[in-house]
Order: sequence, then structure tokens, then C-alpha cells
Amino acid sequence: MSDPTLSELDLNNDSPLRDNILITQVDKLINWTRRSSVWPMTFGLACCAIEMMATGASSYDIDRFGAGPFRATPRQADLMIVAGTVSHKMAPRVKRLFDQMPEPKFVIAMGACTVSGGPYIKHGYHVLKGVDRIVPVDVYVPGCPPRPEALLEGLFRIQEKMERERILDRERKGARPKLLVE
Amino acid sequence: MNRQQLVDRIKAQFGDRVLEAVPDGLEPFVRVQAADWPALALFLRDQLGLDYLGCLTGIDRGKGQGLEAIYHLEKMDKDRLGIAVRIRVPYEAAEIPSVETVWRTADWHEREAWDLLGIRFTGHHNLVRILCAEDWEGHPLRKDYRSPDTYHGVKNNVV
Repeated sequence: MSDPTLSELDLNNDSPLRDNILITQVDKLINWTRRSSVWPMTFGLACCAIEMMATGASSYDIDRFGAGPFRATPRQADLMIVAGTVSHKMAPRVKRLFDQMPEPKFVIAMGACTVSGGPYIKHGYHVLKGVDRIVPVDVYVPGCPPRPEALLEGLFRIQEKMERERILDRERKGARPKLLVE
Repeated sequence: MNRQQLVDRIKAQFGDRVLEAVPDGLEPFVRVQAADWPALALFLRDQLGLDYLGCLTGIDRGKGQGLEAIYHLEKMDKDRLGIAVRIRVPYEAAEIPSVETVWRTADWHEREAWDLLGIRFTGHHNLVRILCAEDWEGHPLRKDYRSPDTYHGVKNNVV
């Protein structure tokens, strides 16, 4: 018996091809893998880092959403969660770490200090008034510090952004947020 | 030895050079001139056994009073006696002899007081900023300090 042609196969029932062929778009496939394994960078600068650690621990378990492996190097990370007060002294290091991350890369500004300077906005001579002055911020998570649920919600927003990525747009024009310039 | 005896022994050794001596309150303290500090420091450590410098505080007392350094000393034995030494210097000559060779704690603490208040500790082997960035200008905890409008091109005073 000769092999059946494609038109003779019943793809929905007892075909050997059943469950072995999926049809999708490349963008969708890549974005699905990307959002399912967001690797954040270990990046605790102040008290917000405690909440970030709680988010990673068993009660909130960020691993459920694929973002569990906190990497200790920017070269393996997709997401920088800036958790804590960024001082002027630390700012060049933050910028350098961001530059060392491979594309596509995303930034969450976690907590009031990284969003705007927070309690240091008036008298904190040493604090950067918002990390969006040096790196492009995708998602702002307010709070002092934000609860783990809030950080998880921030991660979901990042995942939503990842689903809109396009493989042909290598420069990510339009996807990268702007720096704050006054 | 109790607090009173501690203060009395300092007064017996240094006489008029002790400008102020308060044995009661939260923490007993003596006030001396900056020039008498190295001799007093060695006396406190070697004769009175105050072998631990717990903390060094710097304060800007405001116009007409100048800057002050407070050394919080402790005896690490069963007495747990402690005393503070206060040294006040004018703004225009804010210099205090370093005691980093007497108590190792003083090394970084003196750098911090230099960084934030601009008290120059003479004789310190490495008196550079410890908290602020290396190229920071001014001493931020001075009463007349004004934070820079920009730092490395990033706007700082936004409110």
C-alpha cells in the first residue's frame, strides 16, 4: 500500500500527523516563549528588594509565571526590576547594567523612589529623581514598597508588551519607551 | 568605677583643659579643644580602658557655633561604662586631629564626617569621600548646603 497523499489524510482523527503539527505565526511563537520565561536580573538596591524577594518566595511564587530565575548577570536577563532608591552614585552603574543586557530588554521601575524619587524628591540631594531619567522604563509600579501582588501585576504588563513584539522590528522602534528629559 | 569617677579622673589629669564636664544625663560627656584631643584619646584608651569607639557623630551647630564632632566611647568590660567626648571647631578652621590610630573605628567614621560635614581630620591616612560620589561638590549636611541643580547632566532639584 502506497503512502496516502495529504488530501487523503484525516488530520482530525487517526492520522499519524495528529498532534504533531501546529500552525501559528513566528511572532506569536517567539513571543509566547519569551513571555513564558522572563528572566529578571537580581537587582535589589534598597527596601523594595525585600518585597521583590517575597515575590520570588513560595507565598507569591513568581515562578508560576516563568519569571523565577533571577540572573546574577545582565547578559542572561530580559528584565531589569529596579527595586529601590537609585542614588546619583549608583546611577551610572544602573545605566551600564542596562546597556549590557541583550535585546529585547525591559525595565520595571519598582517603588516610589525609582518612579520619581519618592520621599527623597525634595530634600534627597543624593537621589536620582526617577530612574526614567537614565534608562527607558516600560512599567511603573508605585508603592512604598509595592506589595508582591503589585509587582506581579507589573510583570503581567511586561508580558503583555512582549506579546506585541515583532521579529522584523529588530531596532524595536516605537516599542522602546522614551527617557524623561526636562 | 562609675560615671562620676570617670569624669573626675579626666578632670584631675587635664584640669582647665576640660572645658565642660557633665557626668549625668543619657551619656556623660566632656568637652575639650581640638588641640588636646590626641593626648586625651590616648589617656582614655590606655589609662581608663575605654577601648571601643562605638560611633563618631558630626553635627553642624549653626551660625556662630560651628561644627562639632562627638566621639562615643565605651569600656568593653562588666562595667559597660561609656562617655562621649565633644569637640567643637569653627567653620573657617574645621580641623580635628585624627584618632584612627587610636581606635580603628575612627577610620571610616572620620571619612564620613569629612564627606558630609567637611570636618578635616588632620593626620588621617586616606581622608576621601566615603558615601557621596568622588566628584561630589560641597558637604551635604551643612546647614547652608544647597543641592546641585544638575549632576552629570541629570536634573536634580525637581521640586
